[in-house]
Amino acid sequence: MPLKHLIRSAVGRKLFMAATGFILFGFVVAHLLGNLSIYLGADGINAYARHLHQLEPLLWVFRLGLLAAVGLHVLFGIILTLENRSARPVAYKRKKHPRSSLAGRTMIYSGLLLATFIGLHLLHFTFRTIGPQIEMLNGDMPNVFRMIVDSFRQAGYALTYVAAMTVLFFHISHGFASLFQTSGINNEVTLPWLGRLSRTVAIILAAGFVSIPVLIFFGLVIK
Amino acid sequence: MDLTLHVWRQKGPKDKGKLATYKATDISPDMSFLEMMDVVNEGLIKQGIEPVAFDHDCREGICGTCSQVINGDPHGPQAKTTVCQLHMRQFKDGDEIYIEPWRSRAFPVIRDLVVDRSAMDRLIQAGGYVSVSTGGVPDANAILIPKDDAETAMDAAECIGCGACVAACPNGSAMLFVASKVGQLAKLPQGRAEAARRVCTMTDAMIEEGFGNCSNHYDCEAACPKGISVKFIAQLNREYIMALPKGYKEKE
Ligand code: HEM
Ligand code: SF4
Ligand code: FES
Repeated sequence: MPLKHLIRSAVGRKLFMAATGFILFGFVVAHLLGNLSIYLGADGINAYARHLHQLEPLLWVFRLGLLAAVGLHVLFGIILTLENRSARPVAYKRKKHPRSSLAGRTMIYSGLLLATFIGLHLLHFTFRTIGPQIEMLNGDMPNVFRMIVDSFRQAGYALTYVAAMTVLFFHISHGFASLFQTSGINNEVTLPWLGRLSRTVAIILAAGFVSIPVLIFFGLVIK
Repeated sequence: MDLTLHVWRQKGPKDKGKLATYKATDISPDMSFLEMMDVVNEGLIKQGIEPVAFDHDCREGICGTCSQVINGDPHGPQAKTTVCQLHMRQFKDGDEIYIEPWRSRAFPVIRDLVVDRSAMDRLIQAGGYVSVSTGGVPDANAILIPKDDAETAMDAAECIGCGACVAACPNGSAMLFVASKVGQLAKLPQGRAEAARRVCTMTDAMIEEGFGNCSNHYDCEAACPKGISVKFIAQLNREYIMALPKGYKEKE
């Protein structure tokens, strides 16, 4: 089947959304596991950061892959949303939504907010153009532990990250279940509980991320 | 009982249309929704007002012609029930009822609550059939079909082509309708032969006709008077993935 058909097909484009969404989801899970090393203290997360940087050439492959995934996900997300909007030019005066969720119907907004957050997050921790100044450890490795703790002591940063992860919760709570439906891995047995599983997965992920700024801000666990 | 109706009035496809408010008085709870509309229309005719145009045919829930969005629910508040089978006992004295047509770019309003659903016929023409060679009539049981497959195919075949799934979908997608046909035919040996081409041509025709894409919202399943399950949409997606390696020729 030519790629030409795949990128115009109603199902083909959803498969792109699902494939790239799956990659991003996998990244989010891996990222959370990495972040949790902060609970091992400064040595824990700084060692994790050092190991990551030792993978340097491979790290770039991952980064470019992620960039491509985000790009395609955003592109098809916008195209699909515009097409779906134009399929109902005259709105209902009254409309009920007995099954669909608010999270599902606002994927484009949660998505665009996430894109904004990703930009902010890269400026903050990757390029370090915003946020408190931090010391360098031997060579050009920043003291990642201090960088995180100093940022999240500030209410502005802590709140922004908590808000962004709430948005992530909404996006994943619909997106995770959608992955299975779009890729055809769903039937009458899995349908009833996939929605609940999706919300549970989203809660666990968001809570994992949120715990870090919250505990740091209130000076609990991480001093 | 007495009700206040807010009914969509639109003179023709080009007209902008607006809601008009009418009183429905002395309505029996045993009337069907369409009988209530008949009573209201008689009253309008007596007042010299053009009666409300609405689609209906069998009035027994099998033809798929009746089509009204009642208080935001295609086919009204009762699950798995067409408008013609909906009864006034589902409402209370004094209720306000909003009645609108199916709203979709692919279903232009002809008049009031009547929309043109021929886009769905064209979806069927795009692949919702099995090609049968001419010749003698085959023996009814010559092709054996496992009972489970026959039953699943029958579940999908329950679709009456009413378009409520499109009306309910936040994206105006016809995916449940297409999936019911793709799912039904792909389950049967007679339909299997053309399964790969069918899923491509039907979903392509869906976009060409101006329907939206599926975002897995499932409002369609809630609105469907025949309770067609969205598991058929998952099956459609599976059929599409299986069609990928086969190579798909554009229209022949
Ligand atoms: C951390 C980043 C992100 C993750 C983990 C993620 C994950 C997902 C997943 C798993 C889906 C379901 C795909 C399917 O239907 O099978 C999805 C759908 C969607 N995503 Fe994202 N996404 C992310 C970022 C974004 C961004 C930046 C946008 C911006 C446009 C976006 C827009 C959408 C839209 C509009 C849909 C729904 C498409 C539809 O069903 O019509 N996402 N996302
Ligand atoms: S799937 Fe259900 S709602 Fe859609 S056309 Fe068929 S019977 Fe009507
Ligand atoms: S009039 Fe035939 S299904 Fe309602």
